[in-house]
Amino acid sequence: MTSTHGTPLLEARNIVKTFGSLRANDDVTLTIMPGEIHAFLGENGAGKSTLVKMIYGALQPTSGQFFWKGRQVTPASPSVARHLGIGMVFQHFSLFDSLTVAENIALAMPGPYDLPALSGRIAKVSASYGLPISPTALVGDLSVGERQRIEIIRCLLQEPQLLIMDEPTSVLTPQEADQLFVVLKRLASEGCSVLYISHRLEEVKALCDTATILRHGKVVAEVDPRRETAASLARLMVGGDIHAIKARASAVGLGKPRLELRHLSLPADGAFAVPLIDINLTVNAGEIVAIAGVAGNGQGEFFDAVSGERTVAPDMLCLDGVGLGGRSITFRRKSGAAFVPEERLGHGAVPSMTLSQNMYLSRHAVDPALVSSGVLNPEGARAAAERIIKGFDVRKGKPDPEARALSGGNLQKYVVGREMELQPKLLVINQPTWGVDAGAAASIRQALIDLAQGGSAVLVISQDLDEIFEIADRIAVISRGQLSEPRPASEMTREEIGLLMAGAHERAQGGSPGETSHAA
Amino acid sequence: MDIVLTLLTIIMTAATPLLLAALGEMVTERSGVLNLGVEGMMVMGAVAGFGGAYVTGNPWLGILTSILAGMLMSLLFGFLTLTLLANQVATGLALTLLGLGLSALIGESFVGQPGIKLPTLSGIDPLVPFSLVMVAAVSWFMFRTKMGLVIRAVGNSHTSAHALGYNVIGVRYLSVLFGGAMSGIAGGYLSLVYTPQWVENMTSGRGWIALALVVFASWLPFRILAGAYLFGTISILSFVLQAQGLGIPSQFLSSLPYLGTILALVVISGNKALTRRNTPASLGQPFVPDR
Repeated sequence: MTSTHGTPLLEARNIVKTFGSLRANDDVTLTIMPGEIHAFLGENGAGKSTLVKMIYGALQPTSGQFFWKGRQVTPASPSVARHLGIGMVFQHFSLFDSLTVAENIALAMPGPYDLPALSGRIAKVSASYGLPISPTALVGDLSVGERQRIEIIRCLLQEPQLLIMDEPTSVLTPQEADQLFVVLKRLASEGCSVLYISHRLEEVKALCDTATILRHGKVVAEVDPRRETAASLARLMVGGDIHAIKARASAVGLGKPRLELRHLSLPADGAFAVPLIDINLTVNAGEIVAIAGVAGNGQGEFFDAVSGERTVAPDMLCLDGVGLGGRSITFRRKSGAAFVPEERLGHGAVPSMTLSQNMYLSRHAVDPALVSSGVLNPEGARAAAERIIKGFDVRKGKPDPEARALSGGNLQKYVVGREMELQPKLLVINQPTWGVDAGAAASIRQALIDLAQGGSAVLVISQDLDEIFEIADRIAVISRGQLSEPRPASEMTREEIGLLMAGAHERAQGGSPGETSHAA
Repeated sequence: MDIVLTLLTIIMTAATPLLLAALGEMVTERSGVLNLGVEGMMVMGAVAGFGGAYVTGNPWLGILTSILAGMLMSLLFGFLTLTLLANQVATGLALTLLGLGLSALIGESFVGQPGIKLPTLSGIDPLVPFSLVMVAAVSWFMFRTKMGLVIRAVGNSHTSAHALGYNVIGVRYLSVLFGGAMSGIAGGYLSLVYTPQWVENMTSGRGWIALALVVFASWLPFRILAGAYLFGTISILSFVLQAQGLGIPSQFLSSLPYLGTILALVVISGNKALTRRNTPASLGQPFVPDR
């Protein structure tokens, strides 16, 4: 406990929340003092979001009480919580692309609807906290960092006494994250408490006064993070040592080129898409190349072009020297490539189909055990799914569950296992461990390293710098559809990558022929 | 001068039902609900309007019953798609089929009966100025009031609206009901003003044109107004051409307004940025609140 004097701002006492047979929160008690930055740590699925949603009134507890400044309250809805003085910045922003910044903020404000007056207040708050934003800009045209600013300003305008931040830095460049910390510290010094949800331990150590650690819905510890090490915090979160990744000799320049991208360009496709501009990249056999970047800088488009969801000119993309740019996904898979998209439920797997049925999704043309002369072989699919479930430790409730019944981490292990099992020559994987708990993430990363060691080329698109430094041999950074020159991971620092993420490598406007002007 | 006035009156008469129905559907779609049953709601509004006036002898009560009929139809649509989460496209198509069949059944005894025309106010059909006022009113409501902003927000991202604590399903019900009421009036206009009688399937595809108008007008009220009046103008043009006896097949001439309006609107909807900005992103997607 950092402070024992005074009335706590918020107290959660013995909160229980059950979803069917699952106890998402089991007797959780949490105390937040005025003006403190309180970290809320835990793996995915530990129950952090559940508790926070109850504080914010989006969910109701099964039992237990909340006390706000010593008075018992039950936030029945987000508007009640906002009225009390609780603001929340969601991990997934609740913004509206086709509305302006001011309109987005007006939607969360009580009282009369007066856009000009509101715009004035937005300008004032954004100036005083160093969060530059134009009230008349369309949200769809803004970067992720700018969108987060809208969420923060939206909360600040209501002069909250408690600000809840749900994994705020997962979408920011290191520099943007530093700016955010300055704002949060300033808020705390003005007496506003911050409940900071994260699983980035270094960040928590640098920023927070107190940390409450949650595991499987139960509070396992309340500590002063500045007196802990990242390793000790991780142990508390996971309840054991995280299986360390086996280090290996760097494979730079060892194998022959497998995937070659030459002047890969792709026009923007509709709504708020990003064009790809003259991307050159070679991935050799036996190495892992990682593409870093802040979300929404063309990663999705890049994955679509490489996987064949959108085709390009034949010689823009070569696998083992054969131009495949104009070929379909199936043809690319037949040529020995495999792909894991970012969104596992709905893109990587059909939610309402069983795991064995989902085997067909990517293997119908390449695995003779699943299909013979156009006829499905359910036995083969079941056997293959069984192998993956065993090999990748996919935990499930019943023998052959529907894909949607699996937790995010387990489904990701299944999808990755499905793609890796046939030992592809090339594996392209977008956000391999996004929203996956630490244990599953470690095993997925290990599998990627093992695959590369077996002679495959592995291309990883990730926003997680820790992950990239853990597994990548070479790193390139994508920013507004342009890719930086890939360089060995051992030669790069976080700061350099941060600068590249912010667009340091982008060619000057109009400098190269393929350049498309970018909407500001 | 008289000819101009007559022409203008005919144009307005042709444009008004489209304008009314399209305005209602615009609000429905802005909230993220695609109701393809405009034709069905309109035709039910027409038969109910005729029936209401026929039974009570009061055409104003006819307008009221046409509104109620349209709202009832849209309530059915809302219940199926918003509460029971049925597919919106299939439900909308079914609503049109239901409306066409049911109106024919209800209206069987009305066929050939003399209708009652809605009285004019100093020579003008009151629904014409009403429709024009509604363009301004709907535009003001959608873009200048908080409630309009909420409807647009719900149509843009229902998950975000839900996260902010808005009642997505409630907002959508109201928008669907407004769409039903406007389609109902549009139907009532046909059977109480345009041709004061009941003929089976008397909407003859106007509901579909209203739907197309909404999309090609980029969900903007004043563009809907322009599209509806363009349709009216080309209708007159094709009558005139037909009267000239140029030997052009009459079927082609009567399809001209439909072709011309769609072509013109396709051209003006070429402004991609504007279209993008005004297209409801969650159009047609069912909303299921999480736990």
